[in-house]
Amino acid sequence: MSPSDVPAIEVRQATKRFGSLQALGGVDLEIRQGEFFALLGPNGAGKTTLISALAGLQRLSSGSIRVMGHDVVSDYRAARRALGVVPQELVFDPFFSVRELLRIQSGYFGLRRNDDWVDELLVSLDLASKADTNMRALSGGMKRRVLVAQALVHRPPVIVLDEPTAGVDVELRQTLWQFIRRLNADGHTIVLTTHYLEEAEELCTRIAMLKAGRIVALDSTAGILRRVSQRVLRVRVEAAAALPLALAGLGAELEADLIRVPFETHDQIEGLLGRVREAGLRVQEVEISRPDLEQAFIEIMQGAGA
Amino acid sequence: MSGFRTLLYKETLRFWKVSFQTVGAPVLTSVLYLMIFGHVLEGRLQPFDGVSYTGFLIPGLVMMSVLQNAFANSSSSLIQSKITGNIVFVLLPPISWFEFFSAYVVASVLRGVVVGTGVWLVSLGFASTGVAHPLWALAFVVLGAGLLATLGVIAGIWADKFDQLAAFQNFLIMPLTMLSGVFYSIHSLPPVWQKVSHLNPFFFMIDGFRFGIFGQSDASPWLSLAIVASALLALVAISLAMLRSGYKLRG
Repeated sequence: MSPSDVPAIEVRQATKRFGSLQALGGVDLEIRQGEFFALLGPNGAGKTTLISALAGLQRLSSGSIRVMGHDVVSDYRAARRALGVVPQELVFDPFFSVRELLRIQSGYFGLRRNDDWVDELLVSLDLASKADTNMRALSGGMKRRVLVAQALVHRPPVIVLDEPTAGVDVELRQTLWQFIRRLNADGHTIVLTTHYLEEAEELCTRIAMLKAGRIVALDSTAGILRRVSQRVLRVRVEAAAALPLALAGLGAELEADLIRVPFETHDQIEGLLGRVREAGLRVQEVEISRPDLEQAFIEIMQGAGA
Repeated sequence: MSGFRTLLYKETLRFWKVSFQTVGAPVLTSVLYLMIFGHVLEGRLQPFDGVSYTGFLIPGLVMMSVLQNAFANSSSSLIQSKITGNIVFVLLPPISWFEFFSAYVVASVLRGVVVGTGVWLVSLGFASTGVAHPLWALAFVVLGAGLLATLGVIAGIWADKFDQLAAFQNFLIMPLTMLSGVFYSIHSLPPVWQKVSHLNPFFFMIDGFRFGIFGQSDASPWLSLAIVASALLALVAISLAMLRSGYKLRG
């Protein structure tokens, strides 16, 4: 395999047990270099456990994980050099200033003269004015940015962000995504977990959905969206007293002046509108709801059983 | 080894930034002991020939500060990092378990030595003792501090709460130091308690250090050295085994 063919992340039959709880139940996953990848799932699905195992913070009960071809246990030094992790919890070291912290973090990776890159990170993350401020004095959003900077001091080819936007204001979210997109454009592989599905839909090219420690869907974002079977036609009408019988049989609902009719393929639309007209209703506005990731998520999670 | 160097630097900077609390306070405590016990007991006790009670007390207090602060440094740094979660910053980089261990221990030995030196300097205002065998004195300071620093690593990794660490400190470290002959020569004790004292490794650290200072001691310095070195090796082995297995740090 040439270096660019090596998967950024390769998870093989990963299992993790905590006593009687099976946190990971045999996960297989391959993430290619340069991907912007989302790892989604409800709380307790195993996302953070998987990331912890990837980062060497937890050991798998069985199976293996490689980062850029390096096993995270037997070749941990190379694996950790290739990986930058932004942890979910807003953790910080209260003894140091932002710059001290970033210098120390660089030193842990064996980087002695890293000030140029540290400065660049400070500017990109809008932290330059806070460089000499103690961590304790920073707001939550600022601390979050420092966490991102800390994960990037060693310019890792693979970057994992574990719910980076939880509780973060809109402005920071924009700055953060702009920066992460730039890193992705520069060739960094990005792996993201988030509960904001619209973020994943907008940013990520491929998605894995986890449920109860197993992958229940793994596809391109477009592929996942195609799985959403149900589309909805919304028709706003002038004064409808009751739902026309011809539509009620199709599962339609009436709410004030809005009729919602589920359908599957677009060639059904004309017929549905025809029935509305035949019922003597005057159409004012028509809207077709686009399938979104949230709907896909719900359907896949429900379909995945237990 | 630059992971080690950086972690050592960070751990040293950590206690130095709060030196009022980590260095100043323990020096003051020892000085208070020195003033009170020295004042009350001077002239009533003379544990060693040709050494005043205050003179006898000084090396005991110096060593006690070295030991307690070496323990406090590694144990409190680790538990704070664990509880606040910022230990991940040390666990994510390519730092081996041995580098991790060495950095925490060396930084803690440094703090012990800094506090011990502080106590020593202040004590010069009370009595001047001289140093009979500097190498022996240094050996016991370094080995004793290393031993307590290692114990601190073990306690810091094991404890999940501040409460558990405080128990370790108050019910193990404190009684063992207080009953180690800091304030008295064990020859002044009834025979049974002399025997019990010989089961306390802290006694040998302090007694060995006194040999370095006065050239006389309750036990042979070689015996003390052997016991302190063995205890150190045993604790290092336990501590390294914990770190290698990822015990409580890498679930």
